[in-house]
Amino acid sequence: MDEVVIRVRGLRNQFGRHVVHDGLDLDVRRGEILGVVGGSGTGKSVLLRCIAGLMHPSAGSIQMLGTEMVSASEAEKEAIAPRIGVMFQDGALFSSLTVRENVEVPLARAADLDPGTRAGLAQFKIALSGLPWNAGEKYPAELSGGMRKRAGLARALARDPEIVFLDEPTAGLDPIGAAAFDELIRDLSRALGLTVFLVTHDLDTLYAACDRVAVLAEKRVLATGPLDAMPEIDHPWVREYFCGPRARAARDPGTEPESPQGREGQR
Amino acid sequence: MAAMTTLSGPERADRLTDGHPRQAIALRGTSALPDLPALQEHLRAWTAAAPAEVDLTEADRIDTSIAWAIVQAKTRIETAGGTFEIAGATGAVARILDTVAEAMPVPEIEPPKPRGLVPWLTHVGGSVAGGVASAGMFMSVLGLFVTRLAQSVVRPREFRFTALISHCEDVGLRAVPIVALMAFLIGVVLAFQGAAQLQQFGAEIFVVDLIAISILRELGILLTAIVVAGRTASAFTAAIGSMKMRQEIDAMQTLGIDPGHALIVPRILALVLMLPILGLIANVAGLIGGGLMAWLELGISPARFIIRLIEGTAVSNVTVGLVKAPVFAILIGVIGCEAGLRVGSTAESLGRMTSAAVVAAIFSVILADALFSIFFQQVGL
Repeated sequence: MDEVVIRVRGLRNQFGRHVVHDGLDLDVRRGEILGVVGGSGTGKSVLLRCIAGLMHPSAGSIQMLGTEMVSASEAEKEAIAPRIGVMFQDGALFSSLTVRENVEVPLARAADLDPGTRAGLAQFKIALSGLPWNAGEKYPAELSGGMRKRAGLARALARDPEIVFLDEPTAGLDPIGAAAFDELIRDLSRALGLTVFLVTHDLDTLYAACDRVAVLAEKRVLATGPLDAMPEIDHPWVREYFCGPRARAARDPGTEPESPQGREGQR
Repeated sequence: MAAMTTLSGPERADRLTDGHPRQAIALRGTSALPDLPALQEHLRAWTAAAPAEVDLTEADRIDTSIAWAIVQAKTRIETAGGTFEIAGATGAVARILDTVAEAMPVPEIEPPKPRGLVPWLTHVGGSVAGGVASAGMFMSVLGLFVTRLAQSVVRPREFRFTALISHCEDVGLRAVPIVALMAFLIGVVLAFQGAAQLQQFGAEIFVVDLIAISILRELGILLTAIVVAGRTASAFTAAIGSMKMRQEIDAMQTLGIDPGHALIVPRILALVLMLPILGLIANVAGLIGGGLMAWLELGISPARFIIRLIEGTAVSNVTVGLVKAPVFAILIGVIGCEAGLRVGSTAESLGRMTSAAVVAAIFSVILADALFSIFFQQVGL
């Protein structure tokens, strides 16, 4: 459980004169769900984009599954692509394809499956993400926000990646939909041994789904650790975030799910 | 007897042997999506006639696609009354199999699509109704423009003068180079082609009439309107459509700002004011191009050209040309704005409506021009 699948060292990102990250270090371990939190503009999404290889950092090193992403060649990046999946904030589904065709896109690139198998497998991934059968034939514009997110997850999971990146998975969902999504992430991560890198604002998601939390502040990862340890950290933003009224509500025993034993408690 | 088929991760294809008559397969090591086609080929051939078995004792890891194929085959064979055993699944492999078995989709039987004459008629009827509805949309945007314009006359404070000037710059001033160049070249082409024909009869001087009448009456304003339709109708649709997409128009309405006053009147009015001016510029540029070519090709000096132009071409040709401009402007503007208002919530619909607006605007300009020609012919202008 202690194998590090993503190792970020000395990451620096700068847009013009605006420094977003400076000397950022972060480790993600295999099989864990890591929640990345931070105020607006602390570069959570930038960090995700850097690790997923969508953006070139100004300096630093990012090792993912043994590949140095910053200096990786095209071929190396192509080799790593099926091992990771990214779910974008609003699903980022291709609007001209149905949901099933969206999920088939990565499958078609992975192996040469006959159309029947591909469609069946895509339909299965859609069901795995908790969508009803008939959602497969719909276009993204016909789906609600929550269903689009699930469809985005189905596409991210299409090739059975080892790591999935989720950008604000529960933003814009109603509390029931958000709770169901948290549960889905947790179940899939457990069942499939997925490593999840989750960027969120949602305290409920942190409490319901995450094993470990990384707090971005002051241009670096200020603290990492299990949620219980967070309120003790002596930093104004962290204290306000984890001890504010919303955090208390999220931590309330009435809403807390069964404690995930064995997966946290390192530290 | 060794009828056990082996399928293992890295060296799959070469280690496959046929699995009949005992239907069995063993997976070794890691199996993932790339192994699926080979596995599917085996599982598909299996029937409920003989017991089937998948041995996972030596499998370290399978992914969901492999598990899906196994569970699917199991369901198929068991439904047909056969036996299907999954042996030796432990740890992570068993967990994935359980998860997959639980998540297997249940197909919903869709009602068959109706066929025959009635659906075809429905489709045709739908298209006709759609055409009528879009004509209605055109009329409603035109009506909105006219009423808001009239309201601006009564209550001048509602009128967006700054927006009007800014759109005039976009629609008019910035289009001058392309319109002038196009008309100049058309003049050149007309003089060149006309000269070649008229020289045969020794009637070179009539090239002036040819150029003047065709440019002033028809081509100057028609081609200007077509260029403007391509340039401006698309810009109107894109601008209004992206505002619609981002709910800016809804926001305006909640703030008590009327989209007709804020968006539609300044745009269409700017076009109505600018298109005649652009048409005039096109006329002048076309005559200059034609005159230049007549001088170079036929030796008709600019002075002779001007004299012949004044003698031979009635001023009514210019008015007949320019009177069409405001009508073309309203067509282009209303079609552009109307298409923008019909944009839905997706980027795709924005692109579709933009190109539809350009096609519709150009088509309607040409149609209107044809109607004008017939009209002027009938009234003898």
